This record gives sequence, C-alpha cells and structure tokens, in this order.
Amino acid sequence: MPRRLGEYRPDATRSENALNVARMFDIYLLEAAINGILLGGVLALLALGLNLVFGVIDVVWICYAELIMMGMYGMFYLVSVYHFPFVAAALISIGLVAILGILLHLIVIAPLLNAAPINQLLATGGVLAFLQALATVVFGIDFRNLGIRMPVIEIADMFISYARLLAFGTALAGMVAVYLFLTKTYTGTAIRAIAQDRQIMPLMGVDSRRIYLVTSAIGGGLAGLASCLLVLQYDVHPFIGLTFGPITFMICVLGGLGNMIGGFVAAFLFAEIISVGGLYLDLEWGYVFAFVFFIVVMFFRPRGLLARNS
Amino acid sequence: MNKALPWIVGAAMIALPFVYSAPYPMHLMIVVLIWSFAYTSWSVMGRFGLVSLGHGGFMGVGAYGTALLWNHLGLTPWIGIPISMVMAVALALVVAYPCSRFRITGHYFALVTLALSAIVLQVATASRDLTGGSLGYTPERVQGGGNILAFQFESKISWYFVALGFWALGLLIRWWVDRSMIAYALEAIAEDEDAAGAAGVNVTAEKLKITALSAAMTAAAGGVYCQYQMFISPDTVSGISVSLQMVFAAVVGGIYVLPGPTVGAIITILLAEGLRIFFGTGALGYDNLVYGTLLVVFIIFLPQGLVGAAWNKLTGARQTA
Repeated sequence: MPRRLGEYRPDATRSENALNVARMFDIYLLEAAINGILLGGVLALLALGLNLVFGVIDVVWICYAELIMMGMYGMFYLVSVYHFPFVAAALISIGLVAILGILLHLIVIAPLLNAAPINQLLATGGVLAFLQALATVVFGIDFRNLGIRMPVIEIADMFISYARLLAFGTALAGMVAVYLFLTKTYTGTAIRAIAQDRQIMPLMGVDSRRIYLVTSAIGGGLAGLASCLLVLQYDVHPFIGLTFGPITFMICVLGGLGNMIGGFVAAFLFAEIISVGGLYLDLEWGYVFAFVFFIVVMFFRPRGLLARNS
Repeated sequence: MNKALPWIVGAAMIALPFVYSAPYPMHLMIVVLIWSFAYTSWSVMGRFGLVSLGHGGFMGVGAYGTALLWNHLGLTPWIGIPISMVMAVALALVVAYPCSRFRITGHYFALVTLALSAIVLQVATASRDLTGGSLGYTPERVQGGGNILAFQFESKISWYFVALGFWALGLLIRWWVDRSMIAYALEAIAEDEDAAGAAGVNVTAEKLKITALSAAMTAAAGGVYCQYQMFISPDTVSGISVSLQMVFAAVVGGIYVLPGPTVGAIITILLAEGLRIFFGTGALGYDNLVYGTLLVVFIIFLPQGLVGAAWNKLTGARQTA
C-alpha cells in the first residue's frame, strides 16, 4: 500500500515513521532548493540592470524596484484592463520602463553627475518616494493581479510553479542577450570601455552622454523585463518595491557594485538562503538570514564576493 | 542678538502651553518635537558624510525594545529606554566597526546600513508571536491614565514638556559635538581618510564614537515616540521608509546647521497634516509626492537645505557643502 510522504501511521514501527518523515523533509528541501534556483534567475536579472547602470554611470538607482513596480502596473493595465495579448503588453511595458529610465537619467541624474555620490543616491531616494506616492495616488493601494492562473508542474512529489520556470528561462535569455549586446556590438563595447575608464573614453571619440542614455534605457528595459516576469507571481501594489529593492541592492553590493558576474553568483546564493531558510521558519526569517549573511560577508569581502583582496 | 536668540526661543517655547494649549496644535507640536529629535540624531553623523540608511533600524530597536520590556518584564521605560539605547548602540557598533575598519564608505556604507534597517523591519514582522507582526504593537496602559513611573502621561501639556526636553537635549548634544575636537577630526576624515589618518586621527575610533552617539539618540527617539503614540508597527518605526524620511527632512531643512533638521520636521509634518486636512483621506500619498519632489529639487539646487541657504545669505559666507 503506497504511503503518502510524511504520513504518520500508528501501525508502523517508530523508525519507519521517522524515516518517512525524514524523506519528506528531504523532498521539501530539494523543492526549496529548486525554487531557490528559479528565484535566483529573476534576482540575477534584477541585479543585472542595477549593476549595468552603476558600472557605467557610477550611480545607484535606489528607486530601481519602483521602476519595476511601474512596469508591473503597466502590465496590469495593458493585460487586465485593455486586454492586450501578454507578449504585446510585455513589449510595451519594457519600452515604457526604458523610457522611464531615460527620463530618470535626464531629469535627476544628469544635473548631479558631478555632485557627491551620496547626493545622487539620495536624489534617487526622492524618486523612490515620488514613484511610490504617484502609484498610491493614481492606482490606489489595492492589491492587483493579472488573474492569470499558471499551471503547477508536479515532478516526483515536488511542486514547481510554471510561472517561476518561465521567469527563470526568460531571465536567463535576457541576460544572454545583454551579454551579447555588450560584447558583440560597437555600442556595447563603448559601454564596457566607459565602465573601465570614464575620463579617457570621451577623448577617444565616444559620446559619453549618448552612452549614458543608452545604458539608462537598457537598465530601465531590464527592469521592465523583470516586471513582466514578476507580475505573473506577485500582486502589484504601490509598496511592492520595498519587497524587491533592498534584496537587489544587497545582491549588487555582495557581488561587488558594477561587477555583473559577481551579481549573478550573489543572486543565486541569496535566493537559496531565502528559499531554504524560509523552509524551516517563516519566509521573513529567510530574508533575515540573507541580510545577516550579507552583512557578515561585507566584513570579509567589503568590495564584493569576487573582488580581489588588495 | 545671535547669542540671545536661543534663550528667547527657549523661553517662548516653555511659556507657550501656559498661553495656548488647544489639544490638536499641542499634538502637532509634540510630534514635530519628537521627530525633530530623531532627525537631529541622524544629522549628528549625517553631516560628516556618514550617510546612514540604518537609522530606521535604531528607531525600531528603541521603540520595540521599550514596549517589549514594559509588557513582558514590567520594566519601566525609564530603564527600558536606556536598555534599548544600549541595544541600538551594540547593533550600530557591530555594523560600524567593520565598515570603518574595511573602508566601507559612501554608497557602500549607505547600502550596508540599509540592510540593517531591513533586518530590523523583517525581524519585527517575522516574530509576530512577540511583536504582533505587521498589525502593530501596543504597550499596556496603566490604570488611571497618567503615571510618571510608567512614562505615560495623560495631559498633552506634560507630553509637550517631555518632548521639548528631549528635543532640547538633542540640540544641545549636536551643538556640543559641533564644537568639540570630534567635529574637526570627522571633518578631516570626510575630506580625506588617508590624510586624516596620517595626521594622527584615529579614524575608526572617531567614526565609532559618533555612530554610537547617533544610534543611541535615535533609539531614545523611538522609545519616546512609542510611549507617546502608544502604538507602533514595523512600517512606522523601522525600515527603509523611515530611514529615508529622516534623510528627507534633514536634507530639506539643512544638515549643516543646528536648526536644520527641526525646520525639516516642521515643514514635512505640517505639509502632511495640511494635505490631510485639505484633501481628507483622499490625500493618501500626496505628501510623499511632494516630499519626493522636494528632495530631488533640494539636492539638485539647494544641497545645503533651506536654513543652510538662508544662513549663507544672511552671513554672506560661502559655506562648503
């Protein structure tokens, strides 16, 4: 007679029951680990956009998660209210958030390019409050979702959500696309060159203003892509940015601000800690573990996981 | 005139409740004073380029520490607040020591301290059996309304004097810091850490001193806020929003001048209340819309803040930001 995993049977011996409980534990652990990897893909995508902007423009967009929130609202209105097909809505949302990225650069960052770094950070903090409040005023504080139910795939007693798989796959594809853009095109090469030496590149004939705008657009576009994936899994509300924002910054700092590969590695580490830590206690404790891990790592590797010790 | 001004303002503020004590304006004054104290506490270190986004965390430790010690151990806030301050200082040192030791400054410092306030927010939310989670937490009231021992007062006038006392103490501490040797050392560090170190400044020790002081003051503000409101929730006393709120107000008022954070508190709180009264509950979010815009505008055009700019105009001095 087949037994459900973790089921307690009074007629079985104690060790049999214990063994069955242990097996259940492992399968939950495996499921959490797999969900962690899937979450890691999305977090890596989030970190990529922020890292790109930091690496090139040397500015931290504290309001990055709020751009994602705007993208999620874009998706909600396009799909649920105006009944666009999902893919078309996604493309429009990505475009809209890319435009937001450009506006952010033109209005807030450009006048502050030569100001103290901390002033730039605080100014984008102001944008964070502004976007949150704007969403509250315009969209209201209700939780909204697309109402799309994605199937859940069951593999060997584990439940993996299709939305997460899709998000993981798209995030990877997006990252590969950005990688190819940065390495194979002239503009991409110029972007990488600016990231390496801000002073010299203008002398070599690179228009740094144009590069900054392109970078801001790509950074915004990546936030837009992330919003299309996140809207499948989470409800949208004006304060959703506070859920993703702090994690994204910590991943970027953990990987070394501007270090895209470091950010990639850190995203998966973080996601595993949140997912597996959240298995044993509440999900919030998963976050607490991840944040504590972050602070502890900063003490040993203040310039990021992959930084060379100098 | 300049010397007499603080005394005149002080005397006027002490005399005020005897002349005019309508409950609502009194309430506004108390809230402004408590938050001014918190913003001044932030500016104690913020003005030396140590921009911390972890102060929401210290405020949370102060508020939750005081309330939990009172409800569970029956410890009066007169002892609970100092204990919470010590906890906040311990937390601050655990983070600040490695930060200054390993040269985590600027962006990195802001982001590491951001993690700190995120941790406090998550812990307060996650330990919901103890703290009530995101629903908030209430310290138990004593019978009969007011009780000095329990740090609970019935009349707004008593609260006004308590808040006034903390605020004045905050200003006094900052005034004292600005005139002490620490200020010179920290200004040198803010300009150039290596040069300051070479000139014999103990960089780590000076940074830790000011961080501990600032964290302790912020925790005290959290405790007082908790006692006055008799209700705290993770979002109102901890987390990134509270940290940013402190930075906004201090920057708008001006972090380099003593009354700056207070003016910032007056502007931000009156603005929020004004919008709330004018638009009713439909104004949800209007205040942050204005704050956010103000913060961006101030940082671009007036980084020394309102009071700072006015001061420079008056004295004709060009103060370096």
